[in-house]
Amino acid sequence: MKFKFLFVALCCLPLGVNSAESDNKVYEKVLKNGLKILIKADHRSPVVVTQIWYKVGSSYEPNGITGISHMLEHMMFKGTEKYPAGEFSKIIAENGGNENAFTGQDYTAYFQTLEKSRLEISFKLEADRMRNLHLLKEELVKELEVVTEERRMRTDDKPRSKTYEQFMAIAFSNSPYKNPVIGWPTDIAAYTVEDLEAWYQRWYAPNNATLVVVGDIDPEEVFSLAEKYFANLKPSEIKPLKPQTEMEQQGVRTITLKLPAKLPYLIMGYKVPVLNTVEDDTEAYALEVLAGILDGGNSARLSKNLVRGQQIAVSASAGYSLISRLDDLFTFSATPVEGKTITELETALKAEIKLLQTDLVSDEELQRIKAQVLASAVYERDSNFYQAMLLGRFETVGIGWQEMNYYVEKVNKITAKQVRDVAIKYLIEDKLSIAYLDPQPITKQPKSASIAGVRHAN
Amino acid sequence: MQIKLLTAFLFIISLSAQATVKIEHWQTSQGVPVYYVNNPALPMVDISVIFDAGSARDGEDYGLAAFTSGLLDSGAGEWNADQIAQRFESVGARLGVSANIDSASLSLRTLTEPKLFDTALATMEVILTKPSFASADFDRRQQQVLAGLKHREESPGAIAKLAFNKALFGEHPYAYPNSGYITSVSKFKPSDSRQFYKTYYVTTNAIIVIVGALDKQQAADTAEKLMTHLPNGQKPKPLVDVMLPKKATTQYINFPSTQTHVLVGFPGMDRHDKDYIALYVGNHILGGSGLVSKLFKEVREKRGLAYSAYSYFSPMVKKGAFTIGLQTKNSQSQQALQVLNTTLGEFIDKGITEEELIAAKKNITGGFVLRFDNNRKLMNYLSMIGFHHLPLDYLETFPQRVEAISVAEIKEVFKRRIRPELLQTVTVGGGIEKAKK
Repeated sequence: MKFKFLFVALCCLPLGVNSAESDNKVYEKVLKNGLKILIKADHRSPVVVTQIWYKVGSSYEPNGITGISHMLEHMMFKGTEKYPAGEFSKIIAENGGNENAFTGQDYTAYFQTLEKSRLEISFKLEADRMRNLHLLKEELVKELEVVTEERRMRTDDKPRSKTYEQFMAIAFSNSPYKNPVIGWPTDIAAYTVEDLEAWYQRWYAPNNATLVVVGDIDPEEVFSLAEKYFANLKPSEIKPLKPQTEMEQQGVRTITLKLPAKLPYLIMGYKVPVLNTVEDDTEAYALEVLAGILDGGNSARLSKNLVRGQQIAVSASAGYSLISRLDDLFTFSATPVEGKTITELETALKAEIKLLQTDLVSDEELQRIKAQVLASAVYERDSNFYQAMLLGRFETVGIGWQEMNYYVEKVNKITAKQVRDVAIKYLIEDKLSIAYLDPQPITKQPKSASIAGVRHAN
Repeated sequence: MQIKLLTAFLFIISLSAQATVKIEHWQTSQGVPVYYVNNPALPMVDISVIFDAGSARDGEDYGLAAFTSGLLDSGAGEWNADQIAQRFESVGARLGVSANIDSASLSLRTLTEPKLFDTALATMEVILTKPSFASADFDRRQQQVLAGLKHREESPGAIAKLAFNKALFGEHPYAYPNSGYITSVSKFKPSDSRQFYKTYYVTTNAIIVIVGALDKQQAADTAEKLMTHLPNGQKPKPLVDVMLPKKATTQYINFPSTQTHVLVGFPGMDRHDKDYIALYVGNHILGGSGLVSKLFKEVREKRGLAYSAYSYFSPMVKKGAFTIGLQTKNSQSQQALQVLNTTLGEFIDKGITEEELIAAKKNITGGFVLRFDNNRKLMNYLSMIGFHHLPLDYLETFPQRVEAISVAEIKEVFKRRIRPELLQTVTVGGGIEKAKK
């Protein structure tokens, strides 16, 4: 495991960002009950975003109750003693707020965006439902149906989503990343109030949460307000998770899905470490740069060589996220142009990978990525919500938000040789899983429910 | 109350925290309207050039506007697609080209540091004024668009939308999909795009929107530079009005999905509709306010019938759709459709309560600042104000106009405007027809 940065070095992009410079500082405080509070002031507009991040998501779930974190996210809108079902949303709405929630593999988060003078309302309500949720059977019965409909909409009726769900299920053997965030259908159908109650009691506590506030606020004021509402909540004993470290893969894995669809589609994924798991963090940053070389825009290699150049793909993308709790995948997905086969496309993608393993990427490419990373660091500050998202994710997966301060610098330090090294080390056949979508005619017969899942909002 | 304490801290907040937005407006030397907001907080700027060149201008070449827009950055001046992409991305800039039903636009997001900004702007200018429409780029794009249109056939939601728009708009240009049909797109030739571009990408048909850290002089120079080499051309003729459907229709389309997608609607309102506020606020209560709307409560909260249930107006140059939608498992699609129709029927007959109206007003006015709290959102509002010739104080006066609306007005307007006897219903899935047997 990677060590956590202990220093609270503060910030500022290496680029001159004039008047907004002091705005980019993150203030941290931990209450006595363990609740971590992260605050960033942004005075561009009189609004404030509140997000509460819980360290629980689908990768925390044992078999049989997959998707329960997401189900609980839905039930969190179903009332407490003080505020019965519907009240939470009604109060936020009457205060002009936007609210919702989302669940991922490594987190469950709740958010409100409000005009700045109303921040207190969100604290009052979130503090209440952190410890006092009222789980009722009659509400669960209805909400189970809602979640099942959500699954049908997001996965069952979407050939590519279904392919992705099956792809994840074969790519991982024992890592919980093999399960969809929304859960397997029979697991969803079998949740009980007791299951949800146990899950809530186990994970919803101030010492398992991070409160992130970004907006037109004074940090000291927000700390005292948070103190007022959250300080008296009791902490829980949070038992550490079992490691569930993925077994080493020893050969390529493939799966073919025959689904009613119009276009073939391919997903490839190589097992890779992430910031949280890597020994030497330059590897994670080199993989990040590698993703940029392949798919960091219209001038990147996949667009340039496969979509234009050889014209073998109508679309091709590569992806890597260094912000995960456990080892993850470096993925490719692509659709061939008419007249080309999925095998030809796979060969072309592998040729691009081969090239990265034999030749050094050019200076021009590295310079382009640096320019993009620098620009993105400015652009992302246009959105308070996105800034809060980044803080919440870095913190919740276990990296620590401080790492964000070094992101630009660390990407800038990556060399062509380091990029080649990670390509050689990780993008190899033995770490590869592939899913093929083999389109079948779309007949007019309705089918019954089936399988997959991604990140999504309540 | 803590709220009082917080407001006491208002005075330390910088000037940019004002709830109102100062929109500046002028015309370039060719007469192109410019809408500009200075926001120096971050060293970046967003620039859009918007034309009355959306799919409503396709004629019978369905999909040509979107096709042409998508080709612009594939080659221009001396550069091919690789060079264009490299020019933008090497300075961290992002160019977007898009076309919707009413309009088409080129949008640039870039840093304002002069060296970076100058490269990005110069590249945008060439794309705007000297696109190549080379046949190799054209062929490649045609393949991509055709693949996208095939992919659309996998989606019951997309199929429902196609049938729904056709039912609502009949022969009006709004009846046809923005991206066209396989039959129309496969017939396009480079000369079609060239001609479309020549006709519609002209100064008399353009507006410019700028938000960010350019001062007024820089903004004026930017707008001037973008327009200098663009011909004046001619303003296209106004679109014809949308006619209401003659009678209610219902279509059940079979599709092998687990859910049935249900759409119900009617041509709604245009941007200048005199009933705009009443319809907007009424719909907010009916199905426009997410987790607290009537439809959401009836369909999801009370009965667990769907994940999403909503209604919305799409105000456009002419009357856009009023859409009510949900998706549910096949076996209960008839029940869900019934709940939808009953909710709408009761809404029209009984109207709303004073309490509901107060809650809606509080939501709209209390959260009004959230609608333009960053450059991205401001760009969208400025584009709308500019494209539809709305007054510059549109944002400032909107909350007051909402406050002024009454329960009686909303009831009267919904009764007069939303006519159940003309509603168009489309379902796509495996449910309803089976259930009817």
